[in-house]
Amino acid sequence: MSNARSAILERLRKAPKKPVPDLAPWSPYKTTTEQPLDRFRRLMGAVKGEIIDTKRADLAETLRKVLADKQAKNLLYAPNTEIGRTIDAAWATEPGPQLVAYDKPMEELKSLMINDIDAGITSTMGAIADTGSLIVWPSAEEPRLMSLVPPIHIAVLEASKMYDSFSEAVGKLGWNKKPPGNTLLISGPSKTADIEGILCFGVHGPKQLVIILITD
Amino acid sequence: MPMSKNPLPGRPDTVYYFPTCLVDLFYPEAGMAGIELLKRAGTTVVMPGQQSCCGQPARNCGYYEEARSVARAQLAAFPKNWPIVVPSGSCAGMMKTHYPELFKGMPELPQVQAFCDRVFELTWFLVHVMDIKLVDKGEPVRVTWHGSCHSMREMGVVEEPKDLLRSLSNVTLVEADYEKECCGFGGTFSVRLPEISAAMVTDKVNNIVATGATQVVSGDMGCMMNISGAMKKAKAPVKGRHIAEFLLERIGRGDA
Amino acid sequence: MPELSHDFEHAAVKALGNQQLRTNFRRVMTGLMNKRAAQFPDPDELQALRSRGKSIKDRALAKLPDLLVQLEQNLIANGIQVHWAESVDEGNRIILDILRKANAKSLIKGKSMVSEEMHFNHFLEENNIRALESDLGEYIIQLAGEGPSHIVMPAIHKNKGEIGKLFQEKIDGQGYTDDPDELTAAARRVLRQMFANADAGFSGVNFAAADTGSLVLMSNEGNGRMSTHLPSMHIALMGIEKVIERLEDVGPLISLACRSATGQPITTYVNVISGPRKAGEKDGPKEVHLVILDNGRTRIYDDPQLREGLRCIRCAACMNHCPVYTRIGGHAYQYTYPGPIGEILNPQMQGIEKAGDVLHASSLCGRCAEVCPVKIPLVDLIVRLRRESIRPSADAVKGGGSRKSGMENVIWFGWKTMYANPLFYRWGTWWLRKIGNLMPAGLPLLKQWTSVRSKPQFASRSIYDLARERGIRDE
Ligand code: SF4
Repeated sequence: MSNARSAILERLRKAPKKPVPDLAPWSPYKTTTEQPLDRFRRLMGAVKGEIIDTKRADLAETLRKVLADKQAKNLLYAPNTEIGRTIDAAWATEPGPQLVAYDKPMEELKSLMINDIDAGITSTMGAIADTGSLIVWPSAEEPRLMSLVPPIHIAVLEASKMYDSFSEAVGKLGWNKKPPGNTLLISGPSKTADIEGILCFGVHGPKQLVIILITD
Repeated sequence: MPMSKNPLPGRPDTVYYFPTCLVDLFYPEAGMAGIELLKRAGTTVVMPGQQSCCGQPARNCGYYEEARSVARAQLAAFPKNWPIVVPSGSCAGMMKTHYPELFKGMPELPQVQAFCDRVFELTWFLVHVMDIKLVDKGEPVRVTWHGSCHSMREMGVVEEPKDLLRSLSNVTLVEADYEKECCGFGGTFSVRLPEISAAMVTDKVNNIVATGATQVVSGDMGCMMNISGAMKKAKAPVKGRHIAEFLLERIGRGDA
Repeated sequence: MPELSHDFEHAAVKALGNQQLRTNFRRVMTGLMNKRAAQFPDPDELQALRSRGKSIKDRALAKLPDLLVQLEQNLIANGIQVHWAESVDEGNRIILDILRKANAKSLIKGKSMVSEEMHFNHFLEENNIRALESDLGEYIIQLAGEGPSHIVMPAIHKNKGEIGKLFQEKIDGQGYTDDPDELTAAARRVLRQMFANADAGFSGVNFAAADTGSLVLMSNEGNGRMSTHLPSMHIALMGIEKVIERLEDVGPLISLACRSATGQPITTYVNVISGPRKAGEKDGPKEVHLVILDNGRTRIYDDPQLREGLRCIRCAACMNHCPVYTRIGGHAYQYTYPGPIGEILNPQMQGIEKAGDVLHASSLCGRCAEVCPVKIPLVDLIVRLRRESIRPSADAVKGGGSRKSGMENVIWFGWKTMYANPLFYRWGTWWLRKIGNLMPAGLPLLKQWTSVRSKPQFASRSIYDLARERGIRDE
């Protein structure tokens, strides 16, 4: 091991000891009067995330409407997921905007993705009421860039998977056990206030975030 | 009933008074007004002649030894177990919150701590300990408030002085923009970085003038010296007052 | 005697003269203060959260060496390579080696204040590697050849007109516009290509969770994600103080940081990185490296009081609320960190002889400490460092004692003699009352004072005389 490592650790170990304090009492956000879903809607709305309610059976139709609405010519999707299969089935009976499957390594799709894709669709692990955040865990089937590179990110959220707080989500999802290589909280479309503090959307990530909320 | 914040068993018969060196040198009448208010509220005031300064200027510049010598003189000047009332949140803050740091690791620390526990800011003391009631006898007037940084942040005195002003029937209290922002005094700061300090006090004065108040009231003569001085130089139509003097005038200097 | 730097005052005075700059800062900082206040409507909740945040960081600091080891083990288990650097030079060197080994010629950067500490971009340019900032604010100041003026909003000293002109000049095919949306779109266009083509991505780290071996990054723009997902290599850089015990603790810390910094409940993205691309995965960097930097932090750690400064989560609330910073902006502070936290860190990292003059850039009003989400006693630390600058305790701070001044010593000796002795005090103030008002306004100190203020008038009588006359007891 390097000298720097041992030198740093040695200096830290030689430094005066301070007692390890208990964690100060504090409880993570818990919904009381406002329902978790209502709070999520309010906070997501405040940062320009759009929420569209639908039933599980109508997912593909709702998606079609969103794509038409946003004039998306194509959609980046993950074919080997439940959502992917639903889309494939629906598009087989009635074609919609062109589907681009994220089924090969990024290197082969990069230029297309960066330059030509209008929208991407992903699942979510649920959402957090406290901060109005989607929980997104990219995977081999549903890679990282799907929720990042296309200008429109469409996220499918099941209303039943609401968590009050990050702490609750960490516990219930076992986030702190062996987390996947990349996990995310997403709270609205990409934004900046770096120019004079004026809010602008869509800097590097998606300009628009559309949440299809499955209510049943 | 709101919980009493008075840490003392009741209203003390006697209190010490620490007028501060700044008041002694420049504004003795403001200091006397504080004494008068305490008397009217029903306590005897004792002002030891052996005191001088809390030691803040040296401590703030890092000259702890000098500050400690001066602090020792104050510790000696208030031997009895009476509360020590200070018409300045800043000097009170120095004694209450920074003396322990000056005497850290020294045998007299417990004594120092006991001394610190006896230190009170004047308006807080009048409100929470003396439960003072004021009857306004003055003409209608519009005033604004400047709370000193140390008063608010070291002594936790934020609403007390404003509540006193609000309790006066003919006084309209208007809040200036950036009311809680520093006036730029900061003791030696004002002469060490005079340009920045000047920019701060100029903004402060502009915000005060914009309220349309004819007087600006404060609980700290350090800030007041800075603000009044700048108002005078800028020929602003606002007069600066220490809250003790202002209150005393409102309730009538003459009648006890 | 070493030569002292007094650049701060010059730079500050220059900044004060720039009305545009002052208006910009005042407006934006006021907006940030109001937004923060709106985020904390319940003072009890705020205090409980701050206490929690402080205790999380204090626990982590108390266990720091063990946590760093635990973090390292878990990162390695997750497939992340860990490097340690004692100094800026070593840190730069390590990263250069990683890049050279991978034959990387270009680097796209997410925001990292630690890399500013290392003058990293400059170092890479010298070694023929192009480092491009991707955070919009950082991109703007990089184009302008400037340093950040704020740790969260680095280009906040520039107005949209200036940015419009800069873009017109520096970006091929870009016409003039001062519309922030169009300017943002222009940056997006340029940087997208860079993200796609850069050989490596680079980022800072907001929190590193030891229990899971995860690096947590917050960003609003998504550039942090772009830099860490797209290029085939990701290099992260952090100071040793970023490690915390548990991933779960990130919740309250994020809440504190975001609400205190910009008045938002959370940043758009919280990006938790716990490993490189795995077999079968289609994207993500194939290699992830973490460089852990000391650069003076172990020395800060060695002093129990100064150690408190290492709780900092770089939210910038202290500068947003600082009446001095708001008026002069960040560049006047000269070194990496502006505002109150800079007054603490710069003198300790650079040495007091070099960076000690910022220690006086505070009226000690205490607003910074009042808002600091992890309760760093910033004012007390400033005063402590002022002390170190004149009367150093053994080896606590680099350049301790370098600001000793014989003249000041004499003044404070005189002051003490007068105020520590009741007799001298009476006598001294008697003279001041007699002759004080005759002092010409041009005297040193009085001259500075009277630049915008009238001369204070000594009262003719002492309060002690008045009190005796009016029957107040003296005992
Ligand atoms: S010192 Fe406190 S307020 Fe300042 S940046 Fe650090 S955490 Fe934020």
